[in-house]
Amino acid sequence: MRYILKRLVVLVVTLFIISALSFIAFQLIPGDPVTKMLGVEATPERIAQLRELLGLDRSVMVRYFEWLSGFVTGDFGLSYSYSTPVSQLLGDKVITTSTLSAMAFALVVLISIPAGFLLARLSDIRSKGKGAAARRALATLAGAVNQIIMSIPPFFAGIILTYIFGLVLRLFTPGAFVSYSSGAGGFLLYLLFPALAIALPRSAMVVKLLRGSIQGELQGDYVRTAYSRGGSRFYVLIRHVARNAILPVVTFLAMTLADIVAGSIIIEQVFAIPGTGRLLLLSISNRDYPVVQAIVVFIASLVVVVNFLADLAYQYIDPRIRLG
Amino acid sequence: MQGKRNYNLILGAAITAVMLSLILSGLIRTPHDPNKINAGNSLSAPSAQYLLGTDNFGRDILSRVIIGAGSTLYVAAATVAIGALAGMLIGGLTGYFGGWVDELFMRAGDIILAFPSILLALVLISLIGPGRNNIIIALGIMFIPSFARVVRGEYVRCRELDYVHSARIIGTGNMRIMFVHILPNAAPVILRAIAIGFNNAVLAEASMSYLGLGVQPPDASLGRMLSESQSYLFSAPWYALSAGIAIVLLILGFSLLGEGIGARDNA
Repeated sequence: MRYILKRLVVLVVTLFIISALSFIAFQLIPGDPVTKMLGVEATPERIAQLRELLGLDRSVMVRYFEWLSGFVTGDFGLSYSYSTPVSQLLGDKVITTSTLSAMAFALVVLISIPAGFLLARLSDIRSKGKGAAARRALATLAGAVNQIIMSIPPFFAGIILTYIFGLVLRLFTPGAFVSYSSGAGGFLLYLLFPALAIALPRSAMVVKLLRGSIQGELQGDYVRTAYSRGGSRFYVLIRHVARNAILPVVTFLAMTLADIVAGSIIIEQVFAIPGTGRLLLLSISNRDYPVVQAIVVFIASLVVVVNFLADLAYQYIDPRIRLG
Repeated sequence: MQGKRNYNLILGAAITAVMLSLILSGLIRTPHDPNKINAGNSLSAPSAQYLLGTDNFGRDILSRVIIGAGSTLYVAAATVAIGALAGMLIGGLTGYFGGWVDELFMRAGDIILAFPSILLALVLISLIGPGRNNIIIALGIMFIPSFARVVRGEYVRCRELDYVHSARIIGTGNMRIMFVHILPNAAPVILRAIAIGFNNAVLAEASMSYLGLGVQPPDASLGRMLSESQSYLFSAPWYALSAGIAIVLLILGFSLLGEGIGARDNA
């Protein structure tokens, strides 16, 4: 309990630092947003008026705390280039990006854990009898393919998937995004391929990690004991080895989640999905800083909170970990 | 394991050597002028004259892949150099001396590492603007904490070992202990971190240039070629494949090298 409290304090402090840094960073850059919005020929009165409207006439500290308190209540300020509230701009896009990230994460778990166990089972050096050599050769081949998949950048994986499933098999129309309001089925089907593009290289990394972890655990004395008590290969693997072998995977999966959220920024470009990532890139090129700030703090908070939850899950799975 | 060939190291070195020699030969000459536009010959399929075909402007894809890979590698090398040098300095000093400065740097590193690196790089780029040199600065800063952490770990491990104690007893200075005594012992770990750093830097550079934030046209870059090739994916799939496979080979080479070096140390 004390540990959780301590972690919670660290969590709040981290979020505070992130928000302060991302706010201050955008105050330091040269260039006045007001002159950019109104052009160089604007009258001084117009400039002063807009500065007041945007709250730019007050000190940085005051604006930071106003922005922060607004953030907590869901008011992220006004977009410079669209003059609409940032929260309104973000609304739908947050749902799209969150769905995409969640699907990608689910796919990583669904693909990598069975595949990892299968590969570890295939490459078990103690397997004997008919076909053992063939199985090991298959395992070596699968390991090599796995290594190559690991090296494919998600956006290239996305292009390959677009070609195979979009252009050749015509399972979806590339570029024709279906929003969730016009049908949940089409929305999820369209997001399935980008999610797969994010998930494939990540899954390959997890497979490799899990295979190594299982092979390490199989050397343990407790495994020999379990066998000598008459446990079948499958039973020992699932009942005894899995629990221990999965631990490093949980840590890795938690770290992966951050990369998946960030990876969706790029994948949204590949599949022309109007999500947070596309808005972020557009706002960066338009120098629309309230939008950039809001998205950065949103993604960062998501990552920090997820890491916190992963820490708790880790403790739950492995009771030996009791950090003070 | 004795007697077992280190296939990761051999394969990784082979792939990297092939890519490197292609890139180096491209500095002297490429099969065609990579920027020469030939509108009458756009999107032609791979042939004896154009081994990987031509792009939408009729430029030779092979030449552009070679130049683009060189540009990617240049950014990756500069990024890793910034990250490794600064990381070695910070990690070495904090790991060797410890204390509250160490604690401060490590917590700051924790916060940076908790961020997805692409997001941080994007924020930095939005502050300082796109372009090749700015990408190097943004990614270089991004790479410092992970190098510092690796180096620090080695210095923490080594600073209490007997050979360091002995050196101290005979009056060796801290600087000499750090750089002459400990650094060679930390070299394998640092070398491995550099190989993995290259792997990550290639991926990061390709991602940034795919988003249009890296090398600016008309200069070739693998990421930008991929993003351009998407419009012609159906009629000219070889365009996307050539640029994509070049990126995969670069990453694969460095990741195998990293693992090979790691396996050699543990043997």
